[in-house]
Order: sequence, then C-alpha cells, then structure tokens
Amino acid sequence: MTPHSNVPPTRSHGPRKLTPKPHPILSRIFSTDHRTIGIQYLILALVSVIIGTTLSLLMRIHLVWPDWPLPLHGLILPEDYLALVTIHGTVMLFFVLTTAPQAGFGNLILPAQIGARTMAFPGLNAASFWLTAIALITLLCSTFAPGGAAISGWTAYPPLSAVPSAGPGQALGMDLWLASIALFAIASTASSINTLTTILRNRCPGMTWERLPLTVWGWFTAALLSIIAFSVLLAAILLLFCDRHAGTSFFLPNGDLVNGVLHQGGNGSPLLWLHLFWFFGHPEVYIAILPGMGLTSMLLANFSHRRVFAYRTMIVTTLLIGLLGILLWGHHMFVAGLNPFASSAFSISTMAIALPAAAKVLSWLATTWRSRPSYKTPMLFALGFVSLFITGGLTGPILAQPILDEYLHNTFFVVAHFHLIMAMAGIFGLYAATYYWFPLLTATRSHPGRLLSEPLGHLHFWCTLIGAYAVFLPMHLTGLAGEPRHYAQLTGIPGPGGSLSPAGALLSHTLPLNRFITYAAFFLAAGQLLFLINLARTLYKGNFASSNPWQATTLEWHPTMNPFTPSSASDTSEISVHRMPCHYQSNKVEISFLPQWAPVSFAQGEIANATDSKPE
Amino acid sequence: MIWSRFTSAATQLPWSLPADASAHGPALDHHLLLNLWIALALLALAHLILFTGLLARRHSAPNHLWRIEYLPLAALALLFATLTVKAERLWAAARYTGASPTALQVEATGVQFAWYFRYPGPDATFGLTHPNLVAPGEGNPLGVDPKDPHSADDHVSSQLVLPANREVDLRLNAQDVIHGFSIPEMRLKQNAVPGQTIHLHFTPTTPGTYAILCTQLCGLGHYRMNATLRILPPDQFANWLATQQKAAQ
Repeated sequence: MTPHSNVPPTRSHGPRKLTPKPHPILSRIFSTDHRTIGIQYLILALVSVIIGTTLSLLMRIHLVWPDWPLPLHGLILPEDYLALVTIHGTVMLFFVLTTAPQAGFGNLILPAQIGARTMAFPGLNAASFWLTAIALITLLCSTFAPGGAAISGWTAYPPLSAVPSAGPGQALGMDLWLASIALFAIASTASSINTLTTILRNRCPGMTWERLPLTVWGWFTAALLSIIAFSVLLAAILLLFCDRHAGTSFFLPNGDLVNGVLHQGGNGSPLLWLHLFWFFGHPEVYIAILPGMGLTSMLLANFSHRRVFAYRTMIVTTLLIGLLGILLWGHHMFVAGLNPFASSAFSISTMAIALPAAAKVLSWLATTWRSRPSYKTPMLFALGFVSLFITGGLTGPILAQPILDEYLHNTFFVVAHFHLIMAMAGIFGLYAATYYWFPLLTATRSHPGRLLSEPLGHLHFWCTLIGAYAVFLPMHLTGLAGEPRHYAQLTGIPGPGGSLSPAGALLSHTLPLNRFITYAAFFLAAGQLLFLINLARTLYKGNFASSNPWQATTLEWHPTMNPFTPSSASDTSEISVHRMPCHYQSNKVEISFLPQWAPVSFAQGEIANATDSKPE
Repeated sequence: MIWSRFTSAATQLPWSLPADASAHGPALDHHLLLNLWIALALLALAHLILFTGLLARRHSAPNHLWRIEYLPLAALALLFATLTVKAERLWAAARYTGASPTALQVEATGVQFAWYFRYPGPDATFGLTHPNLVAPGEGNPLGVDPKDPHSADDHVSSQLVLPANREVDLRLNAQDVIHGFSIPEMRLKQNAVPGQTIHLHFTPTTPGTYAILCTQLCGLGHYRMNATLRILPPDQFANWLATQQKAAQ
C-alpha cells in the first residue's frame, strides 16, 4: 500500500542506541524507549487494579458480614475499613485511572498516532515512570507503618489529615500517603510536559491540528489539565506537610482540639484545603476519562466504518470539557461551609459541562446510527463506555443542584455516580484500548503482534457490563434511602438503642440491597479473571495479527510503526499524513477505507471522488 | 413499639426515601423525584436510540444537519436551565437568608465521635467556650466557661429535642475535625467545620424520633457518630425544656 523508495529503514535512531552499553537486563528495565515505558506503566496499573479490586471486595464483605475474620489479619476493625477505603480510592484513581490511559497508552500509542518515532524527552519519561513506581511502593508500604495506613480517604480533609492524634494511621501512615501523592504529582507533571511537547513538536509532515485523532486530543487536553491540577495539588500537599511538621497553620484553626491535643497559634482554615484539593480533584476525573472519550469516538467510527460524526465539534467539546473542568470544583463543597451564593455559581458551571458531554454522546449515537458495525471486542467495550457514560452522566446534573446535594451529598448515590462515569466508563475505555491495540503491544522484532481471543473477549465484555450495572445501579437506591459513605458498619452500631435507634434502623434498612451489591461485586471481579486468562493464553499462544487487523486509518497501524516490520514495507522512510482520520467509504467495495498515511496518488480515479465527498 | 417500627420498616420499600418531616422537605422531594424521572427518561431514550441505530439496516452516514447536531443540544440546554432555575430558587429559599429572629436557638457541636446540643437558657445567650476547659469526663464536653454569666443557664444535651412547627436556628461547630451534620428525615446536610460557626435553619413538622448522622469522614468512629432528634408537640417541648432548665440550675 505504501510507495517504495530507496531510502534505508530509519527505525534505528532511538535513544537506546545512545546509551553506553549497560548490562542488557538493566538497560531493558531502565529503558528510555517509550514503548517499554508504556508497557511498564500498564503493568504497574494492572498490579494496582488487582490490589484496588481486592481491597474493594474486602470492603464489600465487611459491610454486610462485619464479623467475618480476614485470614492472617483477624476482624476488620473500623480503622482497617477506612484504610481500605483510602488505599482503594488512592490506588484506583491515581495509579490505575490516571497512569494507564494517560501515561500507559499515551506512551505506547500517542507517538505513533502523530507519526513520531520517540517522545520528546525520553529520559524525563523514564524518570516519571520510576517516580510513579516509587510512589506506589511508598503508598503500599504505608500499610505496614505503625498505626496502619491513612484513614482519611483519598480527599484527606484536614484537620483529620493534619493532626497525628486524629486517629490511627494519621501519623506515619499519613506522612507516607502525602509523600506518595507528592511524588506522583511530580511524576505526572513531568510526564504531561513530555506529552504536550511531543504533540507540539513531533508531529509528522501533514499532521495538522485538525487531522489529529481524537485520542490525541484527549491526551492533549488531559495533559494540559494535569499540569494545572497536579501542580496545585503538590503545593497543597507541601502546605499540609508544613502544618504537620513545621508548626504552620494553613489548614488548622486556632483552638482546634483533637483528641486532647490543642492547636494554638496560627488561625488557618480547613476550607482552604478543600478548595485546593478539589481544584485538583475535579480536573483529575476528567484526566481519567478524556482519553477514553477520544478513543471511544475513534473506535465507534472504525468499527462502524464511518467518519466520526461532527469531528470538529468533538475537538471543540474535548477542549471545552477541559476548560469547564477547572471551573467547577466548588460543586464538591455545596455543604462544606461555602458561601451559598458561591454554591449557586458552581452549580451553573457544573450544569454547563453537561452540554459538551451531551454533544459527545450525540456524536457517538450518530456515528453508530444505522451503521451495522462489526461487533469485535474493542467495539463492544466502546459501546459499553457509551452506555455507562450516559448512565453515570445523567446523575451528574442531579448532584450539581445544591438543594438536592443537601440530601444526596456523601451518600451512596454519589458513590454510584462517580463509579459509573469515572471508574466503570474509565475501565471500559482501558479494556477497549487493550483489546484494540493488543497487536501493537505484543509485536516484537521477531514476531508480529497477537490478537486477544474474541470469544473470551465477548464473554468478558458481557460479564463486565452486567456486573458493573448490577453493582452500581442499586447503590443509587441505597443512597436515596440515606446510606452514607465511609460507614464501616451498617449493623451492630453501638450506642443507645443499637440498631433499634433511629440511626441504626435507617442504616440496617439498606442491608438486603447491600448484600445483593456484594454478591454482584464478586461476580464482577470474577468476570475479570476471564480477561487475565485471555491475557495469559494470548501471550502464550494467541493468533498473530496482520499489520492492520481492524482496517484502522490512524498512524499507529502504519506498517513501519509496528516493531515487527514485514520486509516489503520496511523500506519506507518518511511518514506523512494526507487526510483526516476515519476516512471510510461505505459503498465502495475495493477501497473501503483510506488510512491517513496513504497518498492520494494511488488509485487515482476512485480517490478523487472519495476525498472530495467530504461529509461536511 | 419496637414491633410497630419493625412493621413500618418492612412495608417501606428498601429504596424509598426516608419519611419527610420538615417544612422544606416536600418541595425538595418533589424536585428530586422530578429530576430522577427526567434522568430515567433520558437514559431510556438514549439507549433506545443506541439500540435502534445498532439493529437497523445499514444506511449512509447521517449528515451534518443542524437538527441532529444542535436541536437536541438546545433542548437539553433548555431542560437543564429550567431545572437549574427551579433548584436555585429552592436553594435561595433555604440558604440565602438567615433564620427569623424568633427562631429557636440551638447550638450543635461535633466531636469525635458524638454530637452535643446546647440550649442557651432563659437569657437566650450562649456562654463562652474555651478549648482548654473541655473536659468530657467532668461533664463539660464543650468547654463552657463557668465564669461567663451567660453560661449559668446553658444546658447541654446529647439528644436534639425540638418543638414541631417552629423554626430552628442551628449554629454548627466542630471541636476537632470536620464533621457532617445530617438529618435525612429533615432533608438537611451541612458540614461542621472547626474554627467556623455555620448557621442552618429549618422547621420540623412531624413529631417523632429521627436519626442524626455524621456524613463527613471524621475518623475511626465515623460510622457510630450518630444522635437522635426528638420532635415534640409544642406543649411537651415546653415541659421538657422546663425540666432541663431546672436540672441545669
């Protein structure tokens, strides 16, 4: 398909050649090759997601069978439960939903999609990964600190997080948590600078901004948000660290008395932390989901054999979501003691983001409308993403209204909302990416990439979709019934009256549904074993993929971008881009799609038609 | 009495909202249910379009027509704007202005892991508190200053007792960490923040006992930080207040 030329293959330049020959194994582990780093990020995310899921299952068990002793540990105490909550949230949000889409696939696929051979700063890239790995180890080590891991949740509100006497885990455990997140923030900022510079500088000839795949727009916007958000988080963490160890009072009011320890001196405000944290925290959820949104647009078009509906609008809405995403942090603080007028303002900016999000959904629906797509596993996960994004997204405008938040805040309704739209949709995006790009992930110089098994993939998809809805839909109902978050127990509440007290009655009322949710969580987790089996089986003896198995149009499928390059295609030197992605012809049989890299000159007559008939 | 509560809980569906016992509650519930039904309808509609599009025979791609690109967006914008305006009006009614001057004054303080309620007594003024006077073991969990003349008639209760149909001006404090003051049956939630006094006003309507929960993670005992709200008919409340004041003096 590509024109031949006499220039020798250019796949030799790369930083690996420049290093002065360290030990071969060391040079593979501490590689500056972006593909190796991408795989390392994905392995880190896989380890993290297994840990995070296990912790969530322990939480579910404890919630409905509080007397169940955890083997090798004993009873799960209330502080253990809160440590589970904290580490689950932190691991999942930072080390899975931020690293895997943005840093993992961002390294593996982004350079190839813009026709670049390397990332802009390979050394910085490797340093970011190792810093992230150290951050994860630090976080996991905090479990073994005296008093255990931090118990203040992933939001770490002071004074609970600022005063070591506030609870077990709030001394060394909290320090390790802060250290871990500080390292992560530094790593993410560095990695985002790398991503942005790569997109700005390393695009191949012809790759105009308009021709960038929507995945690249997702990574670009998420990287912009990362730089803004993580730098603010880092500053907030430094301030909190000073409050804990340097006697400052950024977040501690004068006269604060925690467990017999009186704070005297400076007069700070815990609300300052809430502002700084949520200024980071809300963009963070968009960082987690934007790459998945971009990928969904591209996959729906690919498997529907269609162009993306309203491509330019999709670019604009991606940027708009990024822009609005940094203007609505206050909706986490409606009942936190914010001025009620500020709540009204944040309510309006939050409602406004529903519009670009709805425009995305419309584009997805229009792209697949009457397209008779081919239901390969990546397509199924992309459709699942759409479904979960709609379901989780529709409760967003409800929570954006302060008056309703006055009832729903910190109930399981919120837990259901953000798990569907961020966690489940995010994971579906990751699965779509994994199934779609697996041939590129597994290709080496010696053999082509492998395809994950389709039958197993289909089964995995249906189990995950049913499991995700079975776990998180009922949480809306327990939340409406009044079940608050972060409660270690719903039965056996000590105090006057026990479970016969009004509070005990209210909480134990939700137990039957909670039991169902726990069973569903086990089903959902068991379904993920299918993926691990598929992964292991495919790595061992999966079918080899052709160089462009999905008839994709984006550059990562260019033959020379594949590490395993068939000799016939390897002598192409320059990659250049000739058109927007997703150039599919529905009614022509012989050339039904045109990749971005294919020059117009081949098959003249047909293409002249094809390129002229722009859908706009 | 236990039995009757049990049967009432059994007849209640597991997902129904708790009973509504405050004056602003019905409007809030109405708006919440409206929102939930709209969300459910949009959910069904979006999935219907998705499945119809997937099942129908292949057809050429939809064109960029303003009516499929912008009309649904305009409709959604109108819908969300209407809901926002409705919600803002309810929010303004609840929060933009303070309590009326005749409202009952009560102070609620969150401490790991209990709620304390203080009534100002006949002088209608709360005595000063100092954190270094806090001594729960000696019956002074809030650190009320005995030297302040206003403290003498204050009384502290672990139960919140209120009269029906009278507005309450609740001043929320926290001694140590952020707590969340929540009464699901009153459709109320507001964080209590150390170093800040936040006013919250509402009018209970239906006598009964209700749960007061902590809804902001505050430490290992967060799940058991609850209290009971008792709403009494006005005459019974007056009796209760009189006995409390007699005990305080």
